[in-house]
Formats: sequence, structure tokens, C-alpha cells
Amino acid sequence: MMIDLSVDLGFLKLRNPVLAASGTFGYGLEFAPFIDFDKIGGIVVKGLYFGPREGNPPPRLVETTGGLINAIGLQGVGVEKFSEEVLPKLRELDTAVIVNICGASDEEYIQVIEYLDRQEGVDAYELNISCPNVEKNGFCPALDPDTTGALVKQAKAAGRRPIIAKLSPNVTNIVEIARAAEDGGADGISLINTLLAMAVDVETRRPKLANIFGGLSGPAIKPIALRMTYQVATAVNIPVIGMGGIMTAADAIEFLIVGAKAVQVGTANFIDPASTMRIAGEMKDFCERKGIKKITELIGTIKI
Amino acid sequence: MQWDSRAKIIFKQNWNDYHLFRIETPKIAVEARPGQFLMVRVSDTPYPLLRRPISIHSRERNALEIFFQVAGQGTALLSRKKEGETLDIIGPLGKEFIPDWEHLGIAYLIGGGRGIAPLYFLGKELKKLGAKVHVLYGGKTLADLPVKEKFKKAGLGMTCSTDDGSFGFHGFVTDLLENEIQKTTPQILFICGPNSMMKKAAELAAAHKIPARISLESMMGCGFGACWGCVKRIKKSDNGKWRKICEDGPVFWAEEIIWEEAE
Ligand SMILES: Cc1cc2nc3c(=O)[nH]c(=O)nc-3n(C[C@H](O)[C@H](O)[C@H](O)COP(=O)(O)OP(=O)(O)OC[C@H]3O[C@@H](n4cnc5c(N)ncnc54)[C@H](O)[C@@H]3O)c2cc1C
Ligand SMILES: Cc1cc2nc3c(=O)[nH]c(=O)nc-3n(C[C@H](O)[C@H](O)[C@H](O)COP(=O)(O)O)c2cc1C
Ligand code: FES
Repeated sequence: MMIDLSVDLGFLKLRNPVLAASGTFGYGLEFAPFIDFDKIGGIVVKGLYFGPREGNPPPRLVETTGGLINAIGLQGVGVEKFSEEVLPKLRELDTAVIVNICGASDEEYIQVIEYLDRQEGVDAYELNISCPNVEKNGFCPALDPDTTGALVKQAKAAGRRPIIAKLSPNVTNIVEIARAAEDGGADGISLINTLLAMAVDVETRRPKLANIFGGLSGPAIKPIALRMTYQVATAVNIPVIGMGGIMTAADAIEFLIVGAKAVQVGTANFIDPASTMRIAGEMKDFCERKGIKKITELIGTIKI
Repeated sequence: MQWDSRAKIIFKQNWNDYHLFRIETPKIAVEARPGQFLMVRVSDTPYPLLRRPISIHSRERNALEIFFQVAGQGTALLSRKKEGETLDIIGPLGKEFIPDWEHLGIAYLIGGGRGIAPLYFLGKELKKLGAKVHVLYGGKTLADLPVKEKFKKAGLGMTCSTDDGSFGFHGFVTDLLENEIQKTTPQILFICGPNSMMKKAAELAAAHKIPARISLESMMGCGFGACWGCVKRIKKSDNGKWRKICEDGPVFWAEEIIWEEAE
């Protein structure tokens, strides 16, 4: 049976609904030994600030039950080096390329977009609105509907490419933030980023991360991610990309059923570096078994 | 780098907390160099989640050996794998121990506890290159020196130390190193063990102006450069940026390491 795994986000057509999540896939090329890029929907490259970033002091990682807490602090090479050294290689890959955009101020987000707008080979921008704003005492745009809406609006006006707003789960009302992003002009929404978390060493009574707090990802967060994806997909009219703890096709399909048009796979890439490709393959097997011809037949079909 | 999801355990040996596996993995074995490591999947379930970094202890034709100490849940699960079962491993990863010198001369290898793991492969390769190898192997007590005979069988000179005096020199392996440096002048040191021991050994190397290669440990998310989780601050790296232990290391020159941050 011919199974059609392709999905259309409106602003971007994907071969299949499986994307690699930002920060867990390097700049993409690190995974060349493990996957065929033409077997996945696309990649979201690591978050980019305008200049290079040092990130947080180590230890930056701690494993908890079914999860990983990270405090990388968005270390990275900056947009210039990325455009010169990485992007030309990504252009040769037969897969969608989305760039995760960071900023320590509203202006920095715009600077990054304006710079990338002059480059070829990027399909969309994913706005990482969870970055601490240095001018506002570290307050993240993602925590408030007004700042979210305003930032999305500026980003949309600054560039020629589609904007996906990536939401943080560390809020009381995710739907309110999603609506603000939609009203600001976002072309799509992706969620969830990591959950603010901590771990303590009982021997020394010290936090296990130098940064004290970090972001929890992995299978442990999937039920929360799924709930939020469902709430947001039900509330907005723009496409939603779901993520959080996806390890298998069954996990990914749960997100499709609650209304996500595509998914991202993050932490799983560290354990099984071919996760994205494997999950896309397993999705096909699932469709075959269920007699589903098009993967889109599953989207938003939750029976309540 | 290769990925072998079905590397077969063909031999197992254990001494209390310490375990040795011989794993058939032809593709990884041909590429392996001393000082490099493997990322080993310890569970098929999400707990424990991440792969664990383990050094390459030896190469035996198309097989590799690992030697590890149970430190927690992950290594405990690994230790329970049986002969004939397969392991999912990625490797060889990281930079190797041996610098590309014409002449290596007298090489001292200093290993503490599980830190002895990479020094066996290293010792054998150094010997092939014509170096005069001597190993200093330290542990808390005699039970922490399970692989000492193996080095001797491979024709590698060895002196042991125990903190409690139950075997060999009574004291720290770094005290033993200090004594040895008075007697001979090694051209190069290779060091792997607990941080406090490596730091002391690095100080001795600096005081006697002996170049030293040190293998650092770090929490690792991926092991192949994708997560930026394993960094430490290393000197002389374009303006002192954090550097990845998995990719730029795990082996560094002693003078590159900033110890306050490495711990
Ligand atoms: C490059 C490299 C090579 C290594 N080679 C060997 C080897 O040949 N033999 C061996 O016995 N061990 C080796 N280790 C250490 C080994 O990786 C850890 O002991 C193991 O990951 C602990 O996992 P666990 O689940 O058993 O313990 P956990 O429950 O995860 O942790 C137990 C303790 O070990 C510490 N720990 C956890 N992960 C690491 C890590 N990646 N590095 C260092 N400490 C850690 C924790 O902080 C904690 O104190 C190596 C580490 C690195 C980075
Ligand atoms: C090590 C690490 C680094 C990350 N870096 C970024 C980043 O740069 N930008 C971003 O938007 N999200 C980042 N994330 C969040 C992931 O993209 C994803 O939203 C989250 O991990 C949940 O998905 P998962 O459970 O599949 O990992 C990072 C996550 C991890 C584990
Ligand atoms: S362990 Fe992931 S970058 Fe080093």
C-alpha cells in the first residue's frame, strides 16, 4: 500500500511530520553519520543569538527518572559563523531547514532575522521566546501574552520567512499565550520547550546543576506536552507542531491525534541518533497496519 | 565513528564492583585508538535514559574490551548483561592519548581506580611504538587493583600503590609518582583517575616540566558533539571558551586544563 506521510503546514510542505528539535540535533551535520536526511521531515537547528554565546558553567546536564535536565545556556557560534560555515552545507541536504532564533533583547531577535533573511537555504524561523531578556531582569517573552504578541509581530515584520512561535510550558495559561502569538501574526506554533526543573545531590546538599535550575525534557514530560498541545491545537487556527518526550511513532501519533500537524523529536536523538528516521518509518508501519492511506487522516481525530 | 547496535559480548569477568567485557565489534575495533571511548546504551527502556561513556580498555583483533566500575544505576544494569547478549554502542569517540611525536622515550602511565581502564590499550600501543612504558596503578585497597596482573602479562612494567597499604606502596599513587620522578626522568606522563589525583599529578608534571596527557570525565548527553552538555573550560582555546570534552577531549595536555572549573 502506498502511504502518504506528507503534511502541509500552509507555509511549508514536509515529506513527513517528523522534525528534529532545536538544541538536540546540533547544527544538523553532527547527525550525518546516523541518518538519511531525505527520510525525515526536516531539522530545527540549535538556537542562534546574533554573536557567539558562551553558555552556562558545567555541570550542565543531569539525568532524572525518564528525563534530562539541561542548563546549556544556549552556547553557540552566532549567526555569522553559522551562515558562513554551516548553512552552505545544510543547503545541500534534501530536507526542510528551520532556524531557532534567540535574543537577549527584542532588537537582537530582529538582528538575527534580518541577517538570516539575506541568506538562502532557510525554510522558516522558529522564534525561541524562552530566552531571558537582559534588559528586563531576565524576564522571558514567553511568560506573558503581551510581550509574546509584540515580539512575534516585530519578528514577522522584520523578515520574509514564516515565523513559528515556540512556547514555553512554564506558564499558567498556555492557551492565552498561543492566542497572543497567533494574533501577533505567527504562521505556526511549536510546543513545548523544556519545563523549569532542578535536582539536588543529597550527599553535598548542593544543586546538581551549576545553574541551579535547568530545563526538563524527555519521556517524563510527554503527558504534560500532550495536554498542552491538545489545548493549543483546539484554540488556534494556525498549524501546531507538538513535542516533548517523543521516543516512538506511537508517541508521535498521540500528538497528531490531539491536533498537531507535525512533531519534533528532541532528547531521543541522544539515545538513538536515528530516532527521527526510525519514527518516520514506524509511522508508516502504523498506517499500514491501520489501513490509513494518508497520515493527515489522523490529525485532530481525538474522540472525546 | 561507527554505530554498532548489535555488538556481542563474547567474554565477561568480574571482581566485586569491577567488570570487564570483551565485545565483538569489528568496525569500531579497526578505528579504535587509545584514549577514545564508547557511548554504551545500558537499557532498552527510558530508565536510565542516556548512554554511558566508557573508555576502550583493550583491542583484541575484531573485539574491544571495556573495564568499568559500578557507579550507579546505569553501570549496575550494564554489569548484569550476559555473555552472548548484544550491546548497542557508538564509537570510537574523542581524541586519542598518543601525541604524534617521533620519539616517545620513557612514558609513565598513572591510573587511579577505574581510571586504569584506558591505560592498558595505551600501554600496549606505546610499547609497539618503541616507548619504555611504566605503569603506576593506585587504589584505595588491594581489591581496587583487579587488572594488575594483566599489565604484567603484556610485558608492561608496573608499580602499585594502595591508600591503606594492603598492597604495594603505602600511600597515594601521586606520592608514588613523586618518588619515581626523583629516580628517573619520564619524557611524558599519561594520567587518568579521580579529579583530585589528576590535579596533583598535573602539578607534579608542571613542577618537573614533564609534558602530561590527561583524560577528563564529564557528564555526557550525546558523546558526539551535538548537545554541548559536556563542556569544561580549557585554556588556549580561542579565548577560553567552554570546550566539549567528548569532541575536543577527553584527553588534553595538562597545561590546557583549568582545574577549578574542571572539577
Ligand atoms: C570519556 C569517559 C570515559 C569513561 N570511561 C570509564 C571507564 O572506562 N570505566 C568506568 O568505570 N567509568 C568510566 N567513565 C565514567 C562512567 O561514564 C560513569 O561512571 C557512568 O556514566 C555512571 O553512570 P551510572 O548510571 O552508573 O551512575 P549515575 O547514577 O548516573 O551516577 C553515579 C555517579 O557517577 C557520576 N557520573 C555520572 N555520569 C558520569 C560521567 N559521564 N562521567 C563521570 N562521572 C559520572 C555521577 O555524578 C554520580 O556521582 C567514563 C566517563 C567518561 C566521561
Ligand atoms: C540539550 C538541549 C538543548 C536544547 N536547546 C534548545 C534551543 O536551543 N532552542 C529551543 O528552542 N529549544 C531547545 N531545547 C528544547 C527542545 O527543542 C525541546 O523543546 C524539548 O527538549 C522537549 O522535547 P524532547 O522531550 O523531545 O527533548 C533543548 C533541549 C535540550 C535537551
Ligand atoms: S556530550 Fe554532547 S556535546 Fe559532548
